[in-house]
Amino acid sequence: MTADRPTIDEVVARTDALIRGDRPVADPLAAGDELLAMGEAVLEAWIESRDKDPTDDEVEGFRLLGLHRQGAKGDPSFNACRETCREIVYHRNVIHAETDSALQQRMVRLGAMVVRHLALFVGGKLQEAGLGDFCCSSRPVRQGDGNKNTTGNAAAPV
Amino acid sequence: MPDDLKKVAYYPGCALEGTGHAYNRSTKAVGKELGLELVELKDWNCCGAMEVKNIDPKIQTYLSARNLSIAEDMGFDKVMAPCNGCYHNLKKAEYDLKNDAGSKEVNARLSGKAGHKTYEPGAVETIHALDWIKQAVGEEELEKRVKNSLKGIKVANYYGCMYTRPRHIFPEKDKGPASESTSKPHFMDDILGAAGAENVDFPLKTACCGGAHSLSDSDTSTKLVLNILEAAEACGADVVATECPTCHTGLEMHQMRAEKVLGRKTNVKILYFTQLLGMALGLSAKTVGVQENMSDSRAFLKEKGLG
Ligand code: SF4
Ligand code: SF4
Repeated sequence: MTADRPTIDEVVARTDALIRGDRPVADPLAAGDELLAMGEAVLEAWIESRDKDPTDDEVEGFRLLGLHRQGAKGDPSFNACRETCREIVYHRNVIHAETDSALQQRMVRLGAMVVRHLALFVGGKLQEAGLGDFCCSSRPVRQGDGNKNTTGNAAAPV
Repeated sequence: MPDDLKKVAYYPGCALEGTGHAYNRSTKAVGKELGLELVELKDWNCCGAMEVKNIDPKIQTYLSARNLSIAEDMGFDKVMAPCNGCYHNLKKAEYDLKNDAGSKEVNARLSGKAGHKTYEPGAVETIHALDWIKQAVGEEELEKRVKNSLKGIKVANYYGCMYTRPRHIFPEKDKGPASESTSKPHFMDDILGAAGAENVDFPLKTACCGGAHSLSDSDTSTKLVLNILEAAEACGADVVATECPTCHTGLEMHQMRAEKVLGRKTNVKILYFTQLLGMALGLSAKTVGVQENMSDSRAFLKEKGLG
């Protein structure tokens, strides 16, 4: 774990603060970049948990998307967060392009919700690899522990 | 209206007979109101999604191929599946039978043993309820049919994480603005927009809700759902519209659980897109099964002059 990188729990806490903050962020451009950096930190944690070195490669000009591509290699269920990563990039770009400060603040808050989603998803996946796999509500939704293995689908992740 | 979409084979899947009953009911009611016909597959089988796939995905492919073969035998070249899971599995079977010799062999062997024709890929196209309504009727015609506009209702359209994933099993998508997009789906937005709804720009429309986790780690699912619902509210939505019984049930169940366990209440309503569309077409809330939803939106709908 890199010392200067926030943990997943810290990312959740920081995004919570951005979402609930009752004052506008002082520097929205820096906040936009921070969203991107937090997204990268979350994906780095996932990649390192799989005994790989996080890539510095970029996809469409963003390392976050390069990290996502690396994270999904060999685990297609990781694609369940593909659009979430793209939304982080989109929010960061709008924050940088926007001149209306109210809109910028709104995009910081919404962007923080998207980053929080990524952190919760990856945090959940670190505990239970099956997250993002196929799911179906045809069986009763809540069952006892005896059915835990229904999420351990290694046969055909999507 | 394209003739081959006026009357299509219908594969409700087992979820629509249980947790997604209101979706089944509203889908049928909307079809009838729009002059479309659904003919349920005779003797269809559950695809065995969770259990069988874990043991042998090729058997699961066979189970879906059997349903496609029934549609073909009944004289259809289109089968409509409103559940993201069923839709995904039928599409995946089609893809595997085209591209994987092993799946083809297992399908032929099991079909022979079961005594029915072996399904050959390309004979039947699987479509989702969104494709069906959008392509059979279209926005222009829907606008004309609306009796109670959804005007003044802000909707966050939630497609879930499986409707467009994995891309390679949906060759018809990403073919320009008229086709569905796998990165930013819009068919539900288009349909409800035509019914008068104000669609909000919703960044988590394809985010995972933790469905596969809801049995083993409910807290993760609750937090993911809560984030989706809070984001919808932050976008100004009154309603989250859904198009899958699994996503719908997950949102409803964990909305309640978030309040109970985390003390975080969200007020956004959760309705199937077919329920909203049905009411816009003049059907009552009861006809589209609003009373069957766990999330109670009756007072809200009344206030908006619907149902
Ligand atoms: S995907 Fe789920 S609802 Fe559909 S047939 Fe399979 S098990 Fe049943
Ligand atoms: S229920 Fe959740 S995890 Fe399952 S398909 Fe829908 S969004 Fe994805």
